[in-house]
Amino acid sequence: MKLYEFQAKNILKNYGILVPQGKVISSSDDAPEVFREIGCASCVIKAQILAGGRGKGGGIQFVNTPSEAQTIASRMFGSSLVTHQTGLKGAEIKYLLIEEAVSIKKELYLAITIDRSLQMPVLITSTEGGMEIEEIALRAPENIIREPLDILFGIHPFQLRRITSKLGIPITPSSKFTNLLIKLFDVFVKNDCSLLEINPLVITSSGELCALDAKIEIDDNALYRHPEFEQFTQYQDFSQAEVLARRYRLSYISLDGSIGCLVNGAGLAMATMDMIKLHGGEPANFLDVGGDASLEQIIQAFEIILSDYRVKAILVNIFGGIMKCDVIASGIIQAVKEVGIHVPLIVRLEGTNVNAARKLLNESGLNIIPAKDMKSAADAVVKASNNGYIDR
Amino acid sequence: MGILIDSNTKVVCQGITGNAGSFHTAQMLEYGTKLVAGVTPGKEGTTVHGVSVFDSVFEAVKSTQANASVIYVPAPFAADAVLEAIEAGVGLVVCITEGIPTLDMIRVKKYILNTKTRLIGPNCPGIIAPGICKIGIMPGYIHKSGSVGVVSRSGTLTYEAVWQLTQRGVGQSTCIGIGGDPIVGVNFVDVLRLFQEDKETRAIVLIGEIGGSAEEEAAEVIKREINKPVIGFIAGRTAPQGRRMGHAGAIISGNKGTANSKITALKNAGVNIVDNPADIGEVAAKIISYL
Repeated sequence: MKLYEFQAKNILKNYGILVPQGKVISSSDDAPEVFREIGCASCVIKAQILAGGRGKGGGIQFVNTPSEAQTIASRMFGSSLVTHQTGLKGAEIKYLLIEEAVSIKKELYLAITIDRSLQMPVLITSTEGGMEIEEIALRAPENIIREPLDILFGIHPFQLRRITSKLGIPITPSSKFTNLLIKLFDVFVKNDCSLLEINPLVITSSGELCALDAKIEIDDNALYRHPEFEQFTQYQDFSQAEVLARRYRLSYISLDGSIGCLVNGAGLAMATMDMIKLHGGEPANFLDVGGDASLEQIIQAFEIILSDYRVKAILVNIFGGIMKCDVIASGIIQAVKEVGIHVPLIVRLEGTNVNAARKLLNESGLNIIPAKDMKSAADAVVKASNNGYIDR
Repeated sequence: MGILIDSNTKVVCQGITGNAGSFHTAQMLEYGTKLVAGVTPGKEGTTVHGVSVFDSVFEAVKSTQANASVIYVPAPFAADAVLEAIEAGVGLVVCITEGIPTLDMIRVKKYILNTKTRLIGPNCPGIIAPGICKIGIMPGYIHKSGSVGVVSRSGTLTYEAVWQLTQRGVGQSTCIGIGGDPIVGVNFVDVLRLFQEDKETRAIVLIGEIGGSAEEEAAEVIKREINKPVIGFIAGRTAPQGRRMGHAGAIISGNKGTANSKITALKNAGVNIVDNPADIGEVAAKIISYL
């Protein structure tokens, strides 16, 4: 789960890490009041979306009076912010964070994430703050410092000395910086983060270290042991389909094409999408019903796929291993009857009792097109999505 | 003979009294696996499909000399189950459980480094030596004994590939699903080296997916150390950036972990890359026929 900047900053604050004074609002009417509350000559209004690149997209604006705060806020609310990470549709702005404008002496980059090659957490830091890490990697790779962190020990003192000496930053005393690193790793581990990024971390004109921005991603697998994050989910920008998918433990991702996919297993689901593309079509979604989907899950999966009005045809690709194909076929038939499917449905089943399954589908009297293998299934569904003739 | 397991492998099933544990215990027994013990704390003295249940892995190993373990324990307790098996001296641990927190697995990885135990998974279908021993959840009947080693990050896509092989009369030496999580036990490199040493394995099918750099690392090792033909497929060429494709590990972040980078690396290492997943069996069969 990705957290908004204001949520991430609240967590940092709880661990004693300095963040700019500020408040989140969901209506522009609150902007003047919050501006006065903060009591600074200048404030910054930051669009809260779950993507980066906000500054360049116009999602971060400075204001100098309460009325200006209201004007800018009302312009930002409800609009969509397009950045290089949001796609062309952009992300709707529902929350704004108003903060004191901090006077900056120096910007640093700081992040902790999982290094999958090393199979360890890794601290990444650089004196080139404010830019994205990919940009730093291109422009000044020698200025990126990577330090693998030991999850059982924490950051070793010798590592802290190495990092500060490599960075060569003018922070006195340096214990201010090393204390911050220790706190950050604490935040990372205690909150089951998969990413914790502070960019920039600034040295203020008064010599303090302040997290000007914060990006946190929580490991979804660990959410069960963090009931404190439940309060966040009401803000998170889940579509109706995604909410439904989460409830029925389906793995669903909406894409831009016209062919709905219902597959068991993530690898096979990805391979199915790839095959549709190879045959000239575009998948409308990724949907993995899991290795042992129940009838209810399959019905809900059809509901979710059909809630996307762009879907012109559906491909079901199930490898019935432990589950028998005839049982799955009955499930599909029942689901089709309950949900009511108005687009061509191509079903490819393989595995145990597959012949009985094909017979069931053929005799169901429903508009189901059985396919004998993956290739002919992909071919048929692409044709169907183009309103083409389908050779049974 | 295949790798990691053989006819002398004796398996203890952790979480045997749960739904999945009990169901797959029956399946494994039916396949001929020597499943000699089960573990569920508090259920010692009972049996599941005729298999004795113990309170701890230590007790189970002491009584039955089990040398492998398969784990169906729910995610919140699974990392502990792996550690318990390692501590009891089990040589091969196969963790089927899906949804274990990443940091739990990082701790397990750190711990296992100083032991002799090998871990397969988590979030994997397991390992099978066709006709000899099956440890996991894969359907047994789709396999056939033979000389192709299969290693994969996914479950049903592996079944698909194996089924394509079997239907063309091409058997497998050992099939291993290494798991779809960011942190896993044995990786492509480990398994490739084992297949290289194995006399029975004559060709290797490697099924990768987007995310991480395991395939790129595999490519390096294939180039330097593997002289058996490798057939490769990478799932997720159409996946968008920044979205997790079902597996916790299947995500393209920034320009890292793309299918293109993996395909290029594998091709440069001489791997026969299959573009269409429906062709995996055919391409492998053709290559085997030339050997």
